[in-house]
Amino acid sequence: MTVIENPSVSIKNLDLNFGAVKVLKDLNLDIASGEFIVLLGASGCGKSTLLNCIAGLLEVSGGQIHIGGTNVTWAEPSDRGIGMVFQSYALYPQMTVRGNLTFGLKNAKVPKAEIEKRVARAAEILQMEELLDRKPGALSGGQRQRVAIGRALVRDVDVFLFDEPLSNLDAKLRTDLRVELKQLHQQLKNTMIYVTHDQVEALTLADRIAIMKDGLIQQLASPKEIYNRPVNKYVADFIGSPAMNFFEGTVDSGVFTAGNLSIDLKGYEFTPTGKLGGLAWFGIRPENVIVGGDGPVQIDVIAEIVEPMGADTLVWTHVAGAPFRIRMDGTSTVKMGDTFGVSFDPAHASMFDKVSEERL
Amino acid sequence: MTRVSHLTTADAQLQGPKGPKPKRAFSGANLFIYGTLIVMSLYYLLPLWVMIVTSLKDMAEVRMGNIFSPPAEITFQPWVKAWSEACTGINCDGLSRGFWNSVRILIPSVLLSITVASVSGYGLSMWKFKGSEVFFNILLLGAFIPYQIMLYPIVIILRELGLMGSLGGLVLVHMIFGMPINTLLFRNYFSSIPQELFKAARVDGAGFWAIFFKIMLPMSLPIFVVSMIIQVTGIWNDFLFGVVYTKPAIYPMTVQLNNIVNSVQGVKEYNVNMAATLLTGLVPLVIYFISGKLFVRGIAAGAVKG
Ligand SMILES: Nc1ncnc2c1ncn2[C@@H]1O[C@H](COP(=O)(O)OP(=O)(O)O)[C@@H](O)[C@H]1O
Ligand SMILES: [Mg+2]
Repeated sequence: MTVIENPSVSIKNLDLNFGAVKVLKDLNLDIASGEFIVLLGASGCGKSTLLNCIAGLLEVSGGQIHIGGTNVTWAEPSDRGIGMVFQSYALYPQMTVRGNLTFGLKNAKVPKAEIEKRVARAAEILQMEELLDRKPGALSGGQRQRVAIGRALVRDVDVFLFDEPLSNLDAKLRTDLRVELKQLHQQLKNTMIYVTHDQVEALTLADRIAIMKDGLIQQLASPKEIYNRPVNKYVADFIGSPAMNFFEGTVDSGVFTAGNLSIDLKGYEFTPTGKLGGLAWFGIRPENVIVGGDGPVQIDVIAEIVEPMGADTLVWTHVAGAPFRIRMDGTSTVKMGDTFGVSFDPAHASMFDKVSEERL
Repeated sequence: MTRVSHLTTADAQLQGPKGPKPKRAFSGANLFIYGTLIVMSLYYLLPLWVMIVTSLKDMAEVRMGNIFSPPAEITFQPWVKAWSEACTGINCDGLSRGFWNSVRILIPSVLLSITVASVSGYGLSMWKFKGSEVFFNILLLGAFIPYQIMLYPIVIILRELGLMGSLGGLVLVHMIFGMPINTLLFRNYFSSIPQELFKAARVDGAGFWAIFFKIMLPMSLPIFVVSMIIQVTGIWNDFLFGVVYTKPAIYPMTVQLNNIVNSVQGVKEYNVNMAATLLTGLVPLVIYFISGKLFVRGIAAGAVKG
């Protein structure tokens, strides 16, 4: 675990309860200056709650929040040096775009000339000069979200908070705006905390991803690390689409056995703490299974369902009684009922303890 | 031969049902619906018709008793008399005095009650505090307590405050009794505004009043109109509070109307009574006509959710 010097945002032992329901439990998170952090997790796991605590929109039940080296646990949202973008855009419907951008600055009594300058800059960065005198009702979804980002931008703050900003947009626009956001981050180099339930957004945007479940951070690491070395079965199952294939079995002296399937674990990198025997899960991603090939593990399968998805073809089958997915090239000519051989390398696998579900 | 048979099947397929399904104008359901509507409107319009035609007849014609027939000779004398000459007790200056009294009661009562209700509704929906739901439920309970129970205690309270028999006292009473329903209305309307809008405004540094005036108010014209209509009609039509908490010099129009219509001296002037009644009902009616459309929009937006 790397220690971050002078973190831009630091969350220490944060608790948040709604009445008797403990939503966040003793949560710790340090975010480096200029880092793009994505909070990823299933709906209801407490991502928005965490973001609202950082923004000061929810009163914390315990712990501290530091932003830019200052303890802001009791500070008003507007005094925390943050800008926030919401899923529903949350633009003030009765104000023009310019009114929306300047509302916060006027409240903060920023001089007029300075307001002009900042609006002009935001409008240029987000390419919305010609929208400034329109009302939000006359804008498309993508334009509205751009204005909402602009509203955070003019505040000239170090930390941006995004709560599922792309979830209300259609698929194409979502992809476009995702790329724009990444460019924006490279240009501005602000700290960004981004909440989403979409793993593609998380994997593409993040410097580090925090995977959350039931108010706890399961793993905090780079997208690559999370994808290739998930720390527990929940993370392994959550990340990746189609999901990882799992076999339930036993490990004994370097060999994993599940029913009639036995896999020699040579090449698998055990964690230093992982025990080397007992009940376990063996997981291998569908894209790490190769048709034919000369991997150490060779299996014959029957294609039960074939799903052409354009770039890839997904084949569903069963191996050792467990459902098994194989991701093939889009040009593959496999048909339902075909029998063929596949192989994989245990070096690409992930193994978890049967009981604790921690990585072995 | 085969070609011909192909053509006929194609034609046959084109001949079946095609395009929009025809509707029958005189179906059973239609007759029932329109029949009911016509009967219902007659039920409400007939008394109005009788009132209008009677108010335009002179007493000689009224006495002939054809209450449904239009006036043989139209006269506005009954209206003039009702407005400025009819007697209640010793005063003989008609309903005009009551009208102006009602206006003086109405304007401050409506403004005050809407202001208080909108701010409390906003507070209770956006700035929830510990116990705010309990507070709201107690307020709602107020709407279900019969007025009669509170009538006398309020007399005592007003007397202690030195407001008994004054216009200010009546305004205060109207404001208090308007609170539950109007606060409910505003709270529900503001609850339907997305929380994220409120959060965005807080991040932008707006406080309680800035959010209320700059963000919420501009979005809530429809619910203000609904609240205004409810209050104007309720306060204008009020009889009970007017007669209990004021004195004859400042009786509202409804009380004065009652005194004119029920006065025992002299002959019953039905035409004057009808004119007086129509005059009294005119204010709520005008409000409805002006703001009917906004009213429906506001009701749909604010009133339904719990
Ligand atoms: N105002 C609230 N009162 C009570 N419970 C809440 C409130 N807001 C959120 N919750 C609960 O807290 C949990 C986390 O919610 P949230 O942070 O919105 O999840 P998400 O990860 O989908 O953003 C959910 O179980 C939700 O039901
Ligand atoms: Mg959320």
